[in-house]
Parts: sequence; structure tokens; C-alpha cells
Amino acid sequence: MLSEYLPILLLFVIASAFAVGSLVVSSLVGPRAPNPTKLAAYESGNEPLADVKGTRFSVKFYMVAMLFLIFDIEAVFLYPWAVVLRELGWFGLVNMTVFVLVLGVAFVYEIGRGGLEWD
Amino acid sequence: MTAHDLVFVIVGLVTAVSAILVVTSRHLMHAALYLALTLTGIGGVFLVLGAGFIALVQVVVYVGAVAVLFLFGLMLTRAPIGREALDSQNRGLGLAVAGALFVLLAALIIPAFGGESTAEVTGPTIEAIGIAIFADWVLPFEVLSMLLLAALIGAILLARREAGESGTEAEVTRIEMGEALADEPDRHEAVGTSAPAGELGAGGGR
Amino acid sequence: MDQPLWVPIFQTLVVFVYFLLVTAVLIWAERRVVARMQHRVGPNRVGPFGALQTLVDGAKMFFKEDPTPGMVNNPVYTIAPLVGVIAGFLSIAVIPLGFDVTLFGETFPLVVADLNVGVLWILAMGSIHVYSVFLAGWSSNSPYPLLGGIRSSAQMVSYEIAQGLAVASVVVYAGSLRISDIIAGQQTSTLIEGMPGWYAIPLFPAFLVFVIGMVAEAGRPPFDLAEAEGELVGGFHTEYSGMRFGMFMLAEFMNVVTMSAIVVTLFLGGPNGPTFGLPDAIAWVLPILWFSLKMIGFIFFFILLRGALPRYRYDRLMSLGWKVLIPIALVWVLVTAGFVLLAEEGIATTVRLVLAGAAGLLVLALLVTAGPARLAGASDRPKRAPIPTPAPDRAPASRHVERDREEVAP
Repeated sequence: MLSEYLPILLLFVIASAFAVGSLVVSSLVGPRAPNPTKLAAYESGNEPLADVKGTRFSVKFYMVAMLFLIFDIEAVFLYPWAVVLRELGWFGLVNMTVFVLVLGVAFVYEIGRGGLEWD
Repeated sequence: MTAHDLVFVIVGLVTAVSAILVVTSRHLMHAALYLALTLTGIGGVFLVLGAGFIALVQVVVYVGAVAVLFLFGLMLTRAPIGREALDSQNRGLGLAVAGALFVLLAALIIPAFGGESTAEVTGPTIEAIGIAIFADWVLPFEVLSMLLLAALIGAILLARREAGESGTEAEVTRIEMGEALADEPDRHEAVGTSAPAGELGAGGGR
Repeated sequence: MDQPLWVPIFQTLVVFVYFLLVTAVLIWAERRVVARMQHRVGPNRVGPFGALQTLVDGAKMFFKEDPTPGMVNNPVYTIAPLVGVIAGFLSIAVIPLGFDVTLFGETFPLVVADLNVGVLWILAMGSIHVYSVFLAGWSSNSPYPLLGGIRSSAQMVSYEIAQGLAVASVVVYAGSLRISDIIAGQQTSTLIEGMPGWYAIPLFPAFLVFVIGMVAEAGRPPFDLAEAEGELVGGFHTEYSGMRFGMFMLAEFMNVVTMSAIVVTLFLGGPNGPTFGLPDAIAWVLPILWFSLKMIGFIFFFILLRGALPRYRYDRLMSLGWKVLIPIALVWVLVTAGFVLLAEEGIATTVRLVLAGAAGLLVLALLVTAGPARLAGASDRPKRAPIPTPAPDRAPASRHVERDREEVAP
């Protein structure tokens, strides 16, 4: 069964060779002329002012990542269930519906609490 | 040693080396990226042992969600990112405990399973996994939904500590001109706000 | 292995070159089609109809300087575009270009690896693709890229769930994660005799959700706010130039092609199509032709979206992904499961058809009525109660008001 994945390894090698090769060729063939303007951060022409370490971010991005984690787990449970659904019958539908409902309740609560506002 | 065993050794070595780099790297972000590599390596180990489904689930959930969560948290907070951070004083003790654990596990596992070639190991089929989860072990599966419910609600409560609007972008300039914000009836929250909140004075009360 | 070594090498090379060529043609086609939509001509100097423009642009990219700004985190800065390109190429590993071909006595399908868990492989590579975006943004150590990277990756991640749930409907209907089973299931319809059994028809809401998710995941207009030139300069690739930037552009267009190929495979039957009774020696070209035509149709759809639609605001974009698409996809998975079980019980086809139509109409009605309300209502509500301004004769409760009074006093 592992031998199924060998062509993928081959594709990975070819793709990596293509990508890395392009970068290598470009660095060999392209000119190199650094000057202070090129080395500085881009701020639409101004002097770079903002320090990234001091930048504050909203917590909503972290919330999105956490919600993504939980719903990703739920989606991953849906796949083996979908494959064996025909053998499980209505019992399978009911137990997955319970699972989705429990998470759905939490999802509705979260939308109601404004956890997804200003996204 | 068959070709299969050789692949297993290579994947295992990559995983182990990147795991060691996680704890010895001096740059926090690099350590998190090595963690993502370690988790991918574990997925590779699953693959070598014939469990293709579990390997891909590992990549989707661990590498694609958990490691991303770590990296988001690192990037969005004012965590010290760089060489000056986080050197624990307990390195020697940690190394000793890890070494002892490794010796214990090796002493248990190698006599029990050593000598078996990995080529004969086949993982479960997806149908077997599906039947196992949804027919044999349905109750733990439903309890798992409760666990995810708790995680979801905890996530919401952690991120928003007061009723009302959720956090919006906290602008650096407004925080520096602290006087302008002292009398806003509702405050804008951002991640990692405990220290600068004190600078804003008594406005709002916490 | 039962096949000689050159077979997997040939399959891999064919698929790789095919997708690379289609990507190159896409870059040129997009410029021509969008130009036409804007009453311009587009590139028409290099080669017939400007068709060699992509080649020349690629060659130019090689000769450009690749400056590395001083404040970037060098190893991650270089790895980010590589991860994007490699993940893009690996996504197509499970997509078959056609059915079996016979060359030099060996018969093999034109697919790199027909995995047992093919559908999950696509999802996994999509998850890896997110890394390139926010690693690029973070490693640039500069505010515009960091903001753009975080926003772009948050957007991609939100729509990945919607896509994964939509694909779960397909898996429920097909009963397998293997791509060749999904394609085989679309050869003839089980609902209506004689029609192609494309899953887009019985699973229409899932198809809609997947298509919208596809456009958002690729970061294409109208969902391209995170890279919007007017807002965040270049977004996560602001600090990139030369070939590294070229890699990002390549990864983005490869994403478009890959997504089109995936939607064609999962929902539109893939290489299925009439063979017109031709003998086998010639007929093996036809599935590749059908697949290519359908894929090109979808790429054209992407390009049309770019030329026609204004950009979505970021918070509406996220609201659409979370509050509208995910509930619809989840509900539709359960509805599809119900229908599959009804079919197993042997309920008559017409009854199932009527029920399916009713359920689909209900879902679409909910989408049309509740969707815009959910999207628009939240963000456009007044943000907070207006700050009460105390009457002037009372002691000033806020320095705001005091400042105003000082300014107003003559």
C-alpha cells in the first residue's frame, strides 16, 4: 500500500526541483545591486516607521484559527462516516446528527455572542 | 532490512531530528516550524505503517490546524520573538528525564516488537475505522462532541472578557495618546493586553 | 509493483507538464479575456494573439534581480514561496486526466496516484498551502505583509471548512474516498434516466458552496481583499520581488487550475463524456478532451468573475464563509445522507426526486432570504450607543467635552 505513494514522492521531487531550480537559475542569472532603499521595508515611499514587534492585532484572527481547528475535526469525522453510511443505516444518520447538533448549538451560541463579528 | 524498513528509519530519523530541533532552537518561530515538521514526520510514520487515512488526518488536523494555531498565536502576540527569549534553567534536568523516559520506552518496546519487519504491518481500512467509531464506540464519539462543545465555548469566553462588542483593531497611536481613551464607555480588547491596559489609567475600570 | 518502472514516471511527467502548460495558458488567457471585458485588447505582440507572452514574462522574471530586504527572516523568507508552489503541484496528484490509455503494451490511467483516500489528500494539500501565505507575511518583518498574510490566511482557512463539508456530501453520495470511484459514480444518473450523473445536479447546494469556497480559497476576485493593491499594497507578497514573487504568482494561478480540476472531478464528472462509439484506439483521447473542456470552462468562469465583480469587504467575506456557507454545507451533508438511505430502502425514484427538489428549493430559499440578512445585519448595525454628552452646566464628565468647550468658547 505504501507503494501507491511512490509516484507522489516522485512528483514532489520533480516539483521541488522545478521550484528550487528556478530560484537558483534566477540568482545566478539576475543582477545583484543592493542599496539601502532596496533593503528597507516598504511603506509606500515613507521611511519605515512602524515596528512589527509593537503592532497589536485583534484577537479575532486567533478566534478564527481556533474555530477552524474545531470545525476541521468535525469535518474529518464526517469522512469515515460518509464512507460507511450505507452499512450503518439510519442509526448512523441519527448519531451523526446528534454530533452535528451539539456542535451546531455551540456554533449558534458563538454567533449570538458575537464571536464572529467584525471578521 | 527491506526497503520498507529503510524508509521507516529515514522518516523516523527526520521526525526525531526535527523534534530535537524544536526544543533546542533559539528562535521561537523556528521552533514552531520545526514542530510542524515533526508532526508531518509523524504523519509519515503512520503512512509507512500502512495507515494512510490516519496519516492524512494527522496532516489535515495537526499540521493544518493545530500548528497553524500555534503560529498564529506566536505571530499575533507580543511574545518575545527572537534570540533573547525563553531559556529555561532546567535544561539539565529536562535532558535527564527525557533520556530516562527514552531508555524506559526502548527497554519495553524493543523486546516486545523488535525484529518484526514493518512490511507486514497493514493499517485498518477506512471502512473498519468507520464501523469502529460509529458502531462499536458510538458513546465515546458522542462524548467527544461534548468535548468539542466545551472547547468551542471556552474559546469564545477566553477571547472576550466582557459583554458587548468583540475586539477590534487596537491602533498603536491611540494607545500612545492614552488620554483620548480614558473615558470610552467600552474598551477595545486585543491579545495580550494586560500590561498596556494599566497605562490607560482608571477609565472604564476592569 | 506489477508495472514496469517507466509507467509511474510517465504518468507523473504527463500530469506535471499538463498542469504547468494549462497554468501558463491561463495567465495569458486571463489577460486577454479581462482586457476584452474592459474594451481593451490585451497582449497581442508576442506570437500569434500574444500567446507567447507568458513565456517571455517568465524569462524576464529569471533575469530580474531578487533583492532580499535586510530585515527579513531569511530561511523562512525563501521557503514560503517554495511551500506554496510545491503544495500546488502536489494537489493534482490524485486527479485523473482521462481513463485508461495503452502505450507500448501497458494500460494505465493518467493519474499520478489513485489513493484510497484521494479526497482527503486534496484537503491536506489545501491545508499546507495556507502555510506559504502567512509564513511569507511573517518573515517579511514589515507591517503590510504581516497584516495581509494574517488576513489572507484567515480567509483561506475559513473557506477550507466550507469546502471540506461540501466535499463530504460528495463522499456520502459516492460512498468512497477514492477519486476513481467518485468519477465512476457519475457516469450515469440514478435519478433521471439518460442524463449524465454529474454530482452537481443532485448535490447542487454543495456544488454552490464548493464553487464559492473555491474562489475564496484561491484568493481570487471578488474575494481578493487581502491582496488588494489599494489597501495593503501587495499583501503578503509586498516584500518579494523577482523570481520569488514569480513563484507566488505561479502558485496562485496553479491554485486556480487545481481548483478547477478538482471541482470538475468531484462535481462535473471528470473525464466522463460520450465516446460516440469510436474504436478504442482513438477513443482514449476523448476523456482527456472532455476533462480539458470542462476544466477550461471553469477557468473561464474564474476569469469572468475577476472582470465582472467588485471586491467583497473583508468582514462580509468572513461572514459569508462562516455564517452562510458552513451551515448550508453541514445541513446538506445530513440531507444527502437521508436521501442515500432512502434510496437504499428502495423508495421509488419519482418520490425521491420530488423530495430532493423540495429540499433543494428549501435550502436555496433559506440562503436567499436569511443569507443577506445575516451578512448585512451584523456589520451595519450601529456600533454602540452614542456617548452621552453631559449638559454644559454640569461638571464636565469627560475631557472630550472639556476640550470641545474650550475650542468653542470665543
